[in-house]
Amino acid sequence: MSSPLLTAENLEVFYGSIQALKGISFFVNTGEIVSLIGANGAGKTTTLRAISGLVPNKGQISFAGQNLNVVPTYKRVSLGLAQSPEGRGVFPQMSIYENLEMGAYSRKDKTQIKADLEMCFELFPRLKERLSQMAGTLSGGEQQMLAISRALMCKPKMLLLDEPSLGLAPLVVAQIFEIIKKLNKEGMTILLVEQNARMALKISHRAYVLETGRIVMQDSAENLLNNDEVRKSYLGI
Amino acid sequence: MQDFIQHIINGVSLGSIYALIALGYTMVYGILKMINFAHSDVYMVGAFAAYYFARFLGIENNPGITTLITLLVVSMVCCSLLGLAIERLAYRPLRKAPKLNILITAIGVSLFLEYSGQVVFGADPKVFPEVMKDFVLFKIGDIELKSFDITVLIVSVIAMLALEFLIFKTKIGRAMRAVSSNASVASLLGVNPDRIIAFTFIVGSSLAGVGSVLVGMKYPKIDPLMGMMIGLKAFVAAVLGGIGNVGGAVLGALIMGLSEEMVVAYLSSTYRDAFAFGILIVILIFRPAGLLGKYSVEKV
Ligand SMILES: Nc1ncnc2c1ncn2[C@@H]1O[C@H](COP(=O)(O)OP(=O)(O)OP(=O)(O)O)[C@@H](O)[C@H]1O
Ligand SMILES: [Mg+2]
Repeated sequence: MSSPLLTAENLEVFYGSIQALKGISFFVNTGEIVSLIGANGAGKTTTLRAISGLVPNKGQISFAGQNLNVVPTYKRVSLGLAQSPEGRGVFPQMSIYENLEMGAYSRKDKTQIKADLEMCFELFPRLKERLSQMAGTLSGGEQQMLAISRALMCKPKMLLLDEPSLGLAPLVVAQIFEIIKKLNKEGMTILLVEQNARMALKISHRAYVLETGRIVMQDSAENLLNNDEVRKSYLGI
Repeated sequence: MQDFIQHIINGVSLGSIYALIALGYTMVYGILKMINFAHSDVYMVGAFAAYYFARFLGIENNPGITTLITLLVVSMVCCSLLGLAIERLAYRPLRKAPKLNILITAIGVSLFLEYSGQVVFGADPKVFPEVMKDFVLFKIGDIELKSFDITVLIVSVIAMLALEFLIFKTKIGRAMRAVSSNASVASLLGVNPDRIIAFTFIVGSSLAGVGSVLVGMKYPKIDPLMGMMIGLKAFVAAVLGGIGNVGGAVLGALIMGLSEEMVVAYLSSTYRDAFAFGILIVILIFRPAGLLGKYSVEKV
């Protein structure tokens, strides 16, 4: 077995005096969907921010064999790491098209960019219909589609998704999860942060359970779905 | 009536100068959420750079388009370099510091430039080189279109169209808007915010450079404190239009220029400056986000 695409060892993140991550370690293999589940404030978003370099961390993160700690945030995307951030982070005053162009900011391969745009439109036809609409005027679901597409426009090896289902109608949630599954089938490695633990576990290979900055469980998604503790705390059964 | 039209022409010409400077305030605010008080002094240094360069080349008595363009370029380059240096040395180290620290630093840089200017250039006014001849280009009835006003207008319109193109039609412009909207998301997508911020200072400062040559041409007395009043008015214009909003800065500046001209023409020139600050007060009371501002203004 080859080494994991992403490994994090002993991540610690502080916000001032608050310690949000208390030394967590995990890995993601190429081709996997790995979920990070946990209650509000558990540190899921912080973990993704640490991977992208938005918050300084003590510990060690490596991606595709490279030590990420020495790579500034804006260079991580060219290594193949893209994030669709919490709250979607679309640029409200830019059109859908411009948001997507921003996704391709660090790429130069014009023809490939065009092809990837078409792929996004195939995944989310809604976006194509509204290319010139300002992102700020899109519905929440549409913004989520845009945020995912924009991350795809980075042409990443690995996609970090922070709560893609947040605030969306059940039908849209199902659609988004379908697409995550499809992307993964086509070879995309995905680290998924979700409140919606059931949906996340259903499409994931493995998962980690975070509790106030610590990993308290890790297992295959299937096992976690059947784990009493998880069922009680996160699946509400 | 003809007087009135004449005043409109003068007002628009004055307003476009304010706009050139206001754009620098608003762009920096848009991207860093700070007011770059040193901006007006960058403008002053631009005027002196043009002055010394003209003397150095011996073109101070050689009015014409070439002189105009030469001085514009010189001033733009010097202002860009100064703006860049200020950003790099004074503001960048404070990127994560509280807003108040940055604000005070900006005031400090401004004072530093004003007083160094008095030491280096001398405190008494200098006569700006004759950039162009002022003559009546057209006459429509009694309305005179003077070459200065037309030049001011043409140069600032070109500068603003170039800016518009830069911001809305180029990749780096898109990155500027992205950083201004959400710097951390922009950096997730591969934008280096520091580079974009530095670039914004270059662009804003070079517009101030354009302004300084146009002002030097029209009001050819320059001194190290020349930036204070015009800087304040340009700042008011930016707030009036909605600070952070590029179109707003131009609109605010035109309103400022026109109203100043009208006040002087129909009331009294004593109220010239009072009027500008009157506008600021009224705006802050009734529409703190400015005319085109969409968001509530952040506390500084
Ligand atoms: N900028 C910040 N300053 C101070 N504390 C922060 C900051 N961001 C996050 N925290 C704290 O760090 C902890 C982890 O936050 P984080 O956003 O990672 O949680 P999360 O698991 O993503 O929660 P949610 O499911 O609600 O999004 C929380 O206790 C939070 O209050
Ligand atoms: Mg979160």
